[in-house]
Amino acid sequence: MQLITCPWCGDREEIEFHYGGQAHIAYPEDPYALDDEQWAQYVFFRDNPKGPFAERWVHSAGCRRWFNAVRDTVTHEVLAVYQAGAERPAITSTAKGQEASR
Amino acid sequence: MNTPFRAPGHGRVDRDTALSFTFDGTAYTGHPGDTLASALLANSVHHVADGIKYGRPRGILAAGAEEPNALVQIEAPFPEPMLTATTLELYDGLVARGLSGQGKLAAEPDTARYDTMHAHCDLLVVGAGPAGLAAALAAARTGARVVLVDELPEPGGSLLGSQELIDGAPALTWVDEVLTELADNPDVQVLSRTTAFGHYDDGLVLALEKRTDHLGAAAPAHVSRQRIWRIRSRQIVYATGAYERPVAFDNNDRPGIMLAGSARTYLNRFGVLPGSRAVVFTTNDSAYPAALELADAGVRIAAVVDVREEVPEHWRTACAERGIGIRAGHVVTGTSGIEHVTRAHVAPFDQGNLGERQGVDCDLLLVSGGWNPAVALFSQARGTLRYDAGIGAFVPADGPGNVRTAGAAGGTFTLSGCLTDGVDAARQALSAIGRTGPETAPPATAPLPGGAPTRVLWRVPSPQDADDSPEGAVQFVDLQRDATVSDVLRATGAGLRSVEHVKRYTTIGTAHDQGRTSGVMTSGIVAEALGVDVADLGTTRFRPPAVPVSFAALAGRNRGELFDPVRVTAIHPWHVEHGALFENVGQWKRPWYYPRAGETMEEAVLRECRAARTGVAMMDGSTLGKINVQGPDSGVLLDRLYTNLMSTLKVGRVRYGVMCGADGMAIDDGTVIRVAEQEFLLTTTTGNAAKVLEWMEEWLQTEWPDLRVHLTSVTEHWVTIPLVGPRSRDVLALVAPDLDVDNDAFPFMSWQDTSVAGVAARVCRISFSGELAYEINVPAWYGITVWEALCAAGSGFGLTTYGTETMHVLRAEKAYPIIGQDTDGTVTPQDLGMSWVVSKKKPDFVGKRSFSRAENRREDRKQLVGLLPADERVLLPEGAQIIATSDIPEPPVPMLGHVTSSYRSDALRRTFALALVRSGTRRIGETLYVPLDGRAVPVTVTDPVLFDKEGARRDG
Repeated sequence: MQLITCPWCGDREEIEFHYGGQAHIAYPEDPYALDDEQWAQYVFFRDNPKGPFAERWVHSAGCRRWFNAVRDTVTHEVLAVYQAGAERPAITSTAKGQEASR
Repeated sequence: MNTPFRAPGHGRVDRDTALSFTFDGTAYTGHPGDTLASALLANSVHHVADGIKYGRPRGILAAGAEEPNALVQIEAPFPEPMLTATTLELYDGLVARGLSGQGKLAAEPDTARYDTMHAHCDLLVVGAGPAGLAAALAAARTGARVVLVDELPEPGGSLLGSQELIDGAPALTWVDEVLTELADNPDVQVLSRTTAFGHYDDGLVLALEKRTDHLGAAAPAHVSRQRIWRIRSRQIVYATGAYERPVAFDNNDRPGIMLAGSARTYLNRFGVLPGSRAVVFTTNDSAYPAALELADAGVRIAAVVDVREEVPEHWRTACAERGIGIRAGHVVTGTSGIEHVTRAHVAPFDQGNLGERQGVDCDLLLVSGGWNPAVALFSQARGTLRYDAGIGAFVPADGPGNVRTAGAAGGTFTLSGCLTDGVDAARQALSAIGRTGPETAPPATAPLPGGAPTRVLWRVPSPQDADDSPEGAVQFVDLQRDATVSDVLRATGAGLRSVEHVKRYTTIGTAHDQGRTSGVMTSGIVAEALGVDVADLGTTRFRPPAVPVSFAALAGRNRGELFDPVRVTAIHPWHVEHGALFENVGQWKRPWYYPRAGETMEEAVLRECRAARTGVAMMDGSTLGKINVQGPDSGVLLDRLYTNLMSTLKVGRVRYGVMCGADGMAIDDGTVIRVAEQEFLLTTTTGNAAKVLEWMEEWLQTEWPDLRVHLTSVTEHWVTIPLVGPRSRDVLALVAPDLDVDNDAFPFMSWQDTSVAGVAARVCRISFSGELAYEINVPAWYGITVWEALCAAGSGFGLTTYGTETMHVLRAEKAYPIIGQDTDGTVTPQDLGMSWVVSKKKPDFVGKRSFSRAENRREDRKQLVGLLPADERVLLPEGAQIIATSDIPEPPVPMLGHVTSSYRSDALRRTFALALVRSGTRRIGETLYVPLDGRAVPVTVTDPVLFDKEGARRDG
């Protein structure tokens, strides 16, 4: 059971959170300017990298706030959390060990 | 009390107290401090079980958790399957029997309590042997918060089973001093009988504490029997020790064959002699202390068979002093004896060739093939392993920054090395978290005589003159799985090249012991067979749990009523009192129907339906999800999330709405009322309330944070009572005297605040049945009062209470879909025949763009239709498939759709169903078929609305 740091509440167990998929996918400015394939890219297609991945999480059983996290999909380590709407922090590789990320 | 196999002056058992126990139907005695295994050996019981596949007699190989053979089932005082005799603490009244691989779960419920504790610390030390104790002590002296867990009943680890000295005194004196100091430190917690079994994400370590198992029937009922510790530590030191590795040779599975270090443990910890005449077969120095200590305790050592040509001088001397002959450069090639080993076959072994064999009589054959560090937890922590050719084992390489090993777990096998390693590991761990303190020096140990390196030997070749069975057919690798060298060779012969594949092909390492004695040996044998370096081959991956853990322990207190929260409405006690049967809807208990005496469910539901359609009926609808939406931009948000227009709704009015995902599929529906200019209240499907709130928050927070809207769940604040039927207006008028219930004054899809039974209430004209209906909402505290007032007011009209089943029948007759029952995430509002709820005016809303995708415009999409079975008594099962022909063709059968809802209708006087059918709308009027019990039941496709299609009934 992992601890995830909610930007509003601090470290909480992962069961309090729900996963919201890839972060920084904006709703298209004008959906009707997109052809079906472009629209399908928005609706159905997401990245699936091995390594750091910017994701959305919601603290469902806590403050109910959505936020973003960079998580390493290999180790599950959460490398950074930041508020929705903020820039993705520049993290390209996994820091080793827990202490390094805190 | 003594028995011939108890060594006077040895062991830590309490010989003044006798414990009676029964094994395989025979009564024996043992002592406090014994395990079942040590007590059996003391009684000269060696054959404890039979192999699972070949039924060969099996004995006790080890003295701890690595035991592959001696599985037992406890019969009394409480039944428990699959325990190792070597870890089962003896208690008075124990009744057990040996198991051939498989246990039997108890038929009666377990009345014991189980619970869970959380611990948080700076340093977790797993294992209270020399390295772990040294680490815990060094850390504790810096003021760190330390948790030390150890699987044995008392700390000491390997020191309990040896005769080594620390600071010139018996090692256990030092152990006692350390424990006294730790006990006095309020920041240290020492947990004995506690096995760390899993290292999970984020360094969460789970450990199982067996709190009262060792007390048997005397265990107090108020103390939990087992406890799961959830330990979060900033740093972890795994001082988990090492397991001795056997060597494979012919007939290496007989009772009386034991690991050398385990025999030493039986002598020193339990005062038990596992035999009277022993042959010791070794590849390394560690078997010599075992041979010497056993010899000094009275065991005749018939021979030490050392595969190495060179044996260190001090071992030669010590053996010579005791008249023990060493056969250097020899191996044991096989054994004799069925029930018990009677002879070891010994032969010279030179360059892989066996010389002439000679038999050596013995009743105990001790084996040491070297030691494997216990790296399971380190490996679970994503620590990597490397092969150390010097010891023939995998040792920790790189680990995460917060995890280290110490002592034998790291491949350090000397006592002085372990003590130093423990102190060093603690210091490194504390320095990693920036904690410093007084340095602790490791205690002094006796200087070590020079040793000779281990000769890595996985298996001894079968003698040439052995029978014509396949190579290695009686050389056992995994004793519990009865898997042999020949099985491994068959796997490599079949082309398997990975130890992971060999593991799955042979099942080696998949038993309760997780391959502690067989895993590395398998890697060695596979490497030899393939002609590759075992360092490149590697070993199988370790996964939690490292030891078997019962589901009862994992569940802890979360069982029965505490397993999942049960949600009940404010009126629940009334439903119970009036005989309702309940249906689980999410976590809610909802009244399903209210049978009268002698009434079947079918009869009750038909009666309830009739009341709603012909008189008046009411139900408890409080479980509907309710979300309060407030703020100046509330209308904008709802316009973007519902398919229809909500911002134009006038205060005092109600509108039905559907929400879709971005893919255009319906995800929920419900009503929206406008409470005030800047406030709406919307309802959701009962089981979907949390999901819808999360969905709305998601868009509000992540896409449109500029919208000034706040969302609040108010589900539990309101009791909601639908009052339904042609006479509902009459009943409402009686309890709401201030309300003008006339249809013009209070039209359909409007709401009014008034007083119902003297309680402030909001009454809505909403119908989920097609009948004239009111939805009465009052604060939950007044729920029962208002409910009972309605009962009283309605008694003159035959007011009937109804449950969810009747609600479903009534709504299905009108084709009101249940999202999640009549839909499955691939159904659009248009598929449901509800194009009318999709706004054409709004420039955009979530899902709109997807409606124009080619896939969503296909004419052969599945659409919601009604089905009328030709035989009006046939009730189609929900989920039944629909086909086009009366003959059921050979598979694959082309399927047109499935039945989503199916009921008996009082109003229609027949059965009916709703279904999703490919091109359903176009098929109205066609006959299709539903395969049922081997025949195809003909059904007519109809418009989904089967009752009062023109809506004549809604105004009464």
